[in-house]
Amino acid sequence: MQLARVVGTLVATQKHRKFEGAKLLLVQPLNVDDTPRGAALLAVDGVGAGVHEKVLIVLEGRAASEALGRKGAPVDAAVIGIVDHVDIDVTL
Amino acid sequence: MQLALVIGDIVVTRKDETLTGLKLLVVQPLTPDRQPAGRPLVAADAVGAGVGEHVFFVRGKEASFPFYPVEPPVDAGIVGIVDHWDVE
Repeated sequence: MQLARVVGTLVATQKHRKFEGAKLLLVQPLNVDDTPRGAALLAVDGVGAGVHEKVLIVLEGRAASEALGRKGAPVDAAVIGIVDHVDIDVTL
Repeated sequence: MQLALVIGDIVVTRKDETLTGLKLLVVQPLTPDRQPAGRPLVAADAVGAGVGEHVFFVRGKEASFPFYPVEPPVDAGIVGIVDHWDVE
């Protein structure tokens, strides 16, 4: 799992049927110091996240399809939690 | 999943038989601000996309799911055509 920031939303009318009703979010993976890490990607929303929120994402197909609640969905990323806060012990 | 622009199509005559009937498109991954992100790649089309359209595609084994019960050996698949997206 990775930390990410929701940076946008996306609308697609023509899509695979397993995406019907799913919300798609543009998310930017983050380092623990909140700097961007790699390229932004699309994730299905399993928790009702919104733009600007820090979230927890999975980047693996089986986990993502379970978050969506649809087995066999052609997805590879999902938002599975909204992060309240992260505490990093900087002495470690 | 990743945003991409369809920049071409490919015709492959001699191929794995499970690829028969699949449309293969060349996609350029994009950042949310429409800049190229990495190199173009070939993706199997599951939604009827065409050259010039913005799409999103899935990587990995899941790319073959739209063609179930056939399991073509693909590692990238277009699963949606994008109407629009908004970045804040």
